[in-house]
Amino acid sequence: MADRRILGLGCVLAAAAALFLFWGLRGPMAYILELRMVKLAGLLSVGAAVGVATVLLQTISRNRILTPAFMGFDALFLLLQTGLVAGLGIAGSSRIPPLAGFVLDAAVMMGAALLLFTSVLRRTRHDIQLMVLTGVVLGLMFRTITAFLQRLMDPSEFSIVQTRMFAQFGSIDREALVMALGLMLLAFWWLWRNHAVLDVAALGRDTARSLGVGHDRLQLKVLCIIAALVSVSTALAGPVAFLGLLVTSLAHSLMRTHRHALLLPAAALISALILVAGQTVFERILRLQSTLAVVIEFCGGLLFIYLLTRGKIR
Amino acid sequence: MADPAALDSGGRRGAAGRRPLVLMALLLCLLGGISLFVGASPLHPGALLSDPQALQLLAVSRIPRTVAVLLTGAAMAVAGVIMQLLVRNKFVEPGTTGTNEAAMLGLLAVTLLTPAMPLFGKMLAASASALAGTVLFILLSRRIPPEQPLLIPLAGLVYGGVLMACASFIAIQTDLLQYLGIWMSGEFSGILAGRYELLWLAGGLALLSYFAADQFTIAGLGRAVSLNLGLRYGQVLGFGIVTVSLVSALVIVTVGMLPFVGLVVPNLVSRIMGDNLRASLPAVAATGAGLLLLCDILGRLLRYPYEIPAGTVFGLFGAAVFLYMLLGRRAHG
Repeated sequence: MADRRILGLGCVLAAAAALFLFWGLRGPMAYILELRMVKLAGLLSVGAAVGVATVLLQTISRNRILTPAFMGFDALFLLLQTGLVAGLGIAGSSRIPPLAGFVLDAAVMMGAALLLFTSVLRRTRHDIQLMVLTGVVLGLMFRTITAFLQRLMDPSEFSIVQTRMFAQFGSIDREALVMALGLMLLAFWWLWRNHAVLDVAALGRDTARSLGVGHDRLQLKVLCIIAALVSVSTALAGPVAFLGLLVTSLAHSLMRTHRHALLLPAAALISALILVAGQTVFERILRLQSTLAVVIEFCGGLLFIYLLTRGKIR
Repeated sequence: MADPAALDSGGRRGAAGRRPLVLMALLLCLLGGISLFVGASPLHPGALLSDPQALQLLAVSRIPRTVAVLLTGAAMAVAGVIMQLLVRNKFVEPGTTGTNEAAMLGLLAVTLLTPAMPLFGKMLAASASALAGTVLFILLSRRIPPEQPLLIPLAGLVYGGVLMACASFIAIQTDLLQYLGIWMSGEFSGILAGRYELLWLAGGLALLSYFAADQFTIAGLGRAVSLNLGLRYGQVLGFGIVTVSLVSALVIVTVGMLPFVGLVVPNLVSRIMGDNLRASLPAVAATGAGLLLLCDILGRLLRYPYEIPAGTVFGLFGAAVFLYMLLGRRAHG
């Protein structure tokens, strides 16, 4: 029964991907197809990473409204991009090879996240909500610095930063994509082997411990995986703030289960589907560029408020 | 909150209780004096008697700027404390409840639809949309279970994010994104005589709220208790929302967003003076004004002769203080 739903999702995703690849294919076919393949791979991997990371965060925090975007990842990414352009100038920042930029972004975000997790979790006796609020405040601080740096920029510098303020799938670097995919596969492999442990951890700290699961260590491991997934996907494409929220609530209402063996693949598939279908509609029908992320943020936020008013969130 | 002992000490305050306020007033005067003589173009107190240009500089730029900072700081801190009482949550301020974002959305709409609108009209539009945004958030916050205090600021941030997404979408399509950014970091270097007078209105509103301080304190105990004590809860709530929205809109239109002022100052003061607003509101206003002025002076000095916006300096300082309050509390709690 449940497998059928996953299969169905997979079929729909495959159809959407085919539509994305072959719709309106004209001119130098091989060249266009190659470009679209890279873009599609970017959409799929970012989607899967964000979906899985959000499910994981919600599991270990036992809270259905949290998304990694709250914890200041996006703000840190923007600060990095703005800082690079402000510090090195247009010429200097464009001379950084894309792969090095990707590695730098991912490493800084991952390092900051690990620092936050380890230092705050120890102080707060594993209070995840408090940790998230700490991340939120840090994010506000990063945003303040970013706003200050952007103020100093001239419009041509700002236009470079602006292209990175919202997720972009058009200019994904291939080597970076391969690296990101490798890291993601590693994370997914670990999750696949440990999905049953996650089911137990979702029962809460005390229950999990009495069932023999080392909850605190697991929590730290899962947080590291979340940090890796979010850092990599943000460094690859840019911030997609509330996509995860949209995805997990769809996955929960479709699967109606707490088993991670089903939830995680469903979330990954739905997330990729939203991105691929959204990008197709935006590019081919509406002919708008670069605003898919803003629309996703808007819809995700509306859904959040709807869930809140319905009392679905605990 | 309103336990008899606290009210009693508020009543007994008298001469001994005034001492901190007198101290604060002296500090404010000192900071104000420094602020008059710090800036890109040098000004010596001695030159005032001989040089008419120095007097003009003082009258056109330095005095308006100092007054603007003081008014803004006081009004924002008061708006923050009112918001915290109305939502009954210590972690909110107009910047984390969508009020600022709603004001920006209104400002953006007016700028696009009627570019020639005078400042006062823009202010009205921003206030109206800030009001709508705040009312919606208050309605929303009622649905959140009070036993999860951290959920409300998170909900407010997401709500603000949704409004901001609308604003960004419009701004991207119309190439106004950098223009939007100008409102996002509040600063005072553009303040000259004739360009800040709207802030007097914000200061007036803050003063007006002092007369309703007792009502706000009771409203902070919740709707049921307020009604039980004979408070016209709806009226007080309405007055509070209008005050918060107008102050936020006025500040955004004239100087821009100033995050953390409304969040940090009331929390600092309530740690020392408690939650009886009648006693603590003057201290909240004075602390807000003083801290913001300090940040503005620092911003003027750190990269002399260039400036760092007061909003940026306060953002860093406020985040640090807030994190300390957040994490320090739990470490020994």
